[in-house]
Formats: sequence, structure tokens, C-alpha cells
Amino acid sequence: MGDESTTFSDGDAVPRVVIVDDHRLFRSGVRGELGDAVEVVGEADDVDSAVHVIGERLPDLVLLDVHLPGGGGVEVLRRVLAQHPQIRFLALSVSDAAEDVIGVVRGGARGYVTKTISGTELARAIVRVADGDAVFSPRLAGFVLDAFSATDAPPVDPELDRLTQREREVLRHIARGYAYKEVAKELFISVKTVETHVSSVLRKLQLSNRHELSRWATARRLV
Amino acid sequence: MAPTAPDTPRLTRAVDGRLLFGVASGLARHLGVDPVVVRLAFMCLSIGGMGIAVYVALYFFVPNEPTAEDTATLDDPTARKGRDVSQLVAYTGLAAGLGTLFLLFGGVFDPLLWFVVFGALGAAILWQQANPAQRDEWMSSTVHRVGGKGLMRAGAGVLLIVVGVIGFLAFQQQLQDARAGLTFAFTLIAGVSLVVAPWIIGLIRDRDLERRERIRNAERAELAAHIHDSVLHTLTLIQRRAEDPREVQRLARVQERALRTWLYRRPADADTTVSPALERVAAEVEEEHGVPIEVVCVGDCPMDDSLGAVLRAAREAMVNAAKYADTSSISVFGEVEPEEVLVFVRDRGAGFDLESVPEDRMGVRGSILGRMDRHGGSARIRTAPGEGTEVQLRMPRTPES
Repeated sequence: MGDESTTFSDGDAVPRVVIVDDHRLFRSGVRGELGDAVEVVGEADDVDSAVHVIGERLPDLVLLDVHLPGGGGVEVLRRVLAQHPQIRFLALSVSDAAEDVIGVVRGGARGYVTKTISGTELARAIVRVADGDAVFSPRLAGFVLDAFSATDAPPVDPELDRLTQREREVLRHIARGYAYKEVAKELFISVKTVETHVSSVLRKLQLSNRHELSRWATARRLV
Repeated sequence: MAPTAPDTPRLTRAVDGRLLFGVASGLARHLGVDPVVVRLAFMCLSIGGMGIAVYVALYFFVPNEPTAEDTATLDDPTARKGRDVSQLVAYTGLAAGLGTLFLLFGGVFDPLLWFVVFGALGAAILWQQANPAQRDEWMSSTVHRVGGKGLMRAGAGVLLIVVGVIGFLAFQQQLQDARAGLTFAFTLIAGVSLVVAPWIIGLIRDRDLERRERIRNAERAELAAHIHDSVLHTLTLIQRRAEDPREVQRLARVQERALRTWLYRRPADADTTVSPALERVAAEVEEEHGVPIEVVCVGDCPMDDSLGAVLRAAREAMVNAAKYADTSSISVFGEVEPEEVLVFVRDRGAGFDLESVPEDRMGVRGSILGRMDRHGGSARIRTAPGEGTEVQLRMPRTPES
């Protein structure tokens, strides 16, 4: 596990990664695509073995499939984060279903990408999440915008239940397909500020207990 | 003894559901009971002659039911069903049988007659119950087919037979004599039941199992058919086109989308709202030009004319990006806000110099900028050579939607 000062984006170190996915073919595919960008220290194909391998190897980051035999990615998050809250998770799934996406992010994953992502982009996302930032795919950004504007009900906790104007602006650009760097340029802010905004949105998404969030995710079961 | 003699010429006038003049079925419809009940009642009443009189009186005084029999027979000769004839034969047979019994026992009030009738009725109910019910059960795939009504009927039938047999014997003063035989018979029946019951229960269980298996097989067959028509077909195509990566990718995307729709989409999500319509447009362009298009949509609202224009403009923008940008993917973002609808079509491709686009190129000016203007919206195009292109479409929402 990396201590807080390590920044993988500077190239000081290579993140140590555990891949959790029940498809062997997919695991080896990801391994091959990532190449030297990361150090794969373990693999697992169900919840129990994942919890075991992660506890043993203590990686910087876990690439986590949402659908897993034995309770799904959410179960892995629950059991690992209870003991090792410093381990970071990036969810990776073929599913674009809102309840899967929102569920796993609220369960503690710091990002969500679909399996169609290219190898270089995945490596970049891994480095970013391993550094403690959040990674939002355009679709996740769309879901979050949708979820936070889905209701007119007064927020229980205004600080957590509402996105600021700036955060909405950032999310909107991500949903439009802009990379962080492009968002920063567009909004005349630094990349670091964009990352701060995204992390803050992630925190709100995880901590807000506005029940509309989960209700919205269940109601919107399409793609 | 029969209510009226079977009148063959009259029978040709019969319409759906009537046997003679429709008095009984009309009455049954009026009272909301089964016509059979009314007919049997008429038959019983007829034993004293009463029923015939009532039937004839009703025939004269009751007007035709709203289901006009004349037009029905004239317009639709098939309305005269063979079943009606066979039913009439059955009723006539029943009436004749009752008459014979009546003559045999020499009076309405001989209880023996009634016990015989009870027994016959019970047997008839059981027989009628058994055949179609069993047939239905074996054929149908729904599990809870036999309801309480069927059981009740069977019970009533058994009761009638028992009452008939015991009553008959009792009144013949033969019950005493028959007791030994009866005891023997009951014991035998009880013994046989004990032997046979487990076997019958086993049979019923087997049948339920088999039926469940059949339902499961039907579901599996449907799934298999779907997989075959879609996934297997696509995989075959992909193998045959393996040398053309672009085509392979296109096939895979098309299949992925179809499968997702099949798995997750609620059937009610037709193209009546913006979000699915935008996704469909993107899917069409993607299929046509083989460039993956990622659609993200926030919010939703019903479609209307000006939103249709937005979609057509967005489609044109996607087509342009797919054709000219030489890019590996296109991002489409739609957002429905309270006051306006926004659509962004973005690619990271070649880009172009907007100023240099000739006036007569319809794509950009006519189909995107002009169309949005005409419908009261606006379009902005941000592009530069090498910077990619983003088309921004903005349409105010009409107040009532």
C-alpha cells in the first residue's frame, strides 16, 4: 500500500493492483493491456477469494467487477473497507445500469468505468484513483446529474444533498465527453481544481443519505 | 313429457346459444344463471305439464332478446352451431329417459324415481366433470387450473350418487338385506383406496413435475431462440468478417445494444420521450457509419415538433462527425432542463475551419444551423483544425410540456 505522499501520476512508483473479475479471459486481457503501467499483484474470481487476496497483498488499488459470484462487488467493498479503509477501488463493469453504477460508487468505489474503455485510458484512470482522486465516466456523470436533480424535495442536508453550480458545470462537461484537462481549460480553472470538484461530488454521492438517490437508481433501470 | 316436441323446421331459426325458442337461454341470461339450470328446471316442471305451459306462454309474451336472431341467422350461417343440435339431442334424451322412469314407477311422487334421478344426475355431473377437466389439465401449461368450483361439482356429484343409491335401496326395503353386501363393498373400496391412493398421488405429483418442466422448457426454448437469432448470428458474422476490424466492431456494437435493450429496457420506453429517441438516433448513425457513439442523457421530457428538429439536427451532426472527423468515438450529451433542451455532439477528430465551409454545403448550414433557427432554437459549432468539433444545440421548451 502506498502512503499518502506517493503520487503515481508523477511516475515515482507503479500502483500495485489486484484484479477481481469472474471472467478469466477478461482478467488476462486487462493484464495484457495494462502492461507495465501497473503491477498486478493478485487476481480473484469471487467475493471470498477477493477479500482474501486483497487482505493478503494490500494493493494500492483494486479493479473490481460489479457482478461477482457470492454477493457482487458491493460485498467486496463492504468487507474490505471495514478492515482496510485505505485501499482504493475502481469499478469496472459491462453493466451501465444505474443501480449498479450508483450502488458500487455509494459502496465506496472511487470511480466507475465500463469494460469497453481502452487500455491507456484504463491505466490513466487507475493512476488517478490510486492517487486518491475520483474517476467519472461520462455516463456516471450523467447519472449523478440526473440523480441530484431528480427531485424537488427540500434537501435534508443542503451541504451534502445539493451540487454547487461549479460542480454541475464540471459534471456537465465530463458528460459531454471532456477529459479533466479539457474541462479545466474550458472553465479557466486548474486540473487540480477539477479533481477537487469531482472528489467533492463523489463524497456527496457517497455520504448523502437522501433516499431519493437509491430510489432514483432503482427506478431508472435502463441502460 | 318433453317440454315441446323437437321441432326440426323451427330449429333452423335457432341462433347462437338457443336450443328451441331461446326462452330458457333468455331467461337464464336474464337471471344470470347457467342455461342448463333453467332448462333442467323447465324439464322438471314439465313433469306435471306446468313447464310446457310456462314455456309456451313465455315464448308468446317475451319479445326477442336484443341479439336479434333473424339478422344473425341470415348474415352469419355459421352462427348455427352443431353443438346446439347435440345439446338438444341430449336434452331430448334426458327428457325421454325421465319420461320412461316416470312411466315405470307410475307417479311423480314415488321417491324411488327421485333417487334414481339423483343417482343419474350425480353420475352425469361426474362424467361431464372428468373428461374435459382432465383433458384441459394435461394440455394446459398453467398450473392452477382446477379451482374450487371443479372440486365442488365433483363433491356434489358423489353426494348425489350416494344419496340416490342408499335411498333407492332403503325404499326398496332392501337395505337390510344389502347390508352385508354393502359392508363388503365398502371394505373392499376402502382397501383398494388404501392400496391405490399412494399410486394416484404419485401420478399427480409426476404430472405437476412434468408440467413445470414443460413450462421451463418453453422458457428455455424462447431464450434459446432469441440467443440464436441475435447473438449466435452476430458471432457467425463476426467470424466471417474477421479481417475487417471496423465491421467486426460495428457488429459487436449493434449486438451489444440489442442485447442491452432486450435485457434492461422496459417495453413502454418507446420514442415518445427525448432520451430514448436520442439513443435511437445515435444507434442508427452508429450502425450506418460504424463509429461508436456514446450517449449520455440527463432528464427526460415528451417529444414535440421542435424537439424533433433538435434530434434531426443532432443526427446530422453525428453523421458529419462520423463521416469527416476520422475519429474513433463520438460523445453525445443531452440534457433536459426546465426551460430548455440541450444537445452536445462532440468528437476529438480532425475538426475544420468553419469559415472555409462553402455557403452551399447543406449539411452544416441547412440541416443544423438553419433548422434550429427555424424552430426557434439555436446552434453553435466550435471547431478548429485538429481540435475536434463540438456542435451545441439549444432549444427552448414550449411552456405546456
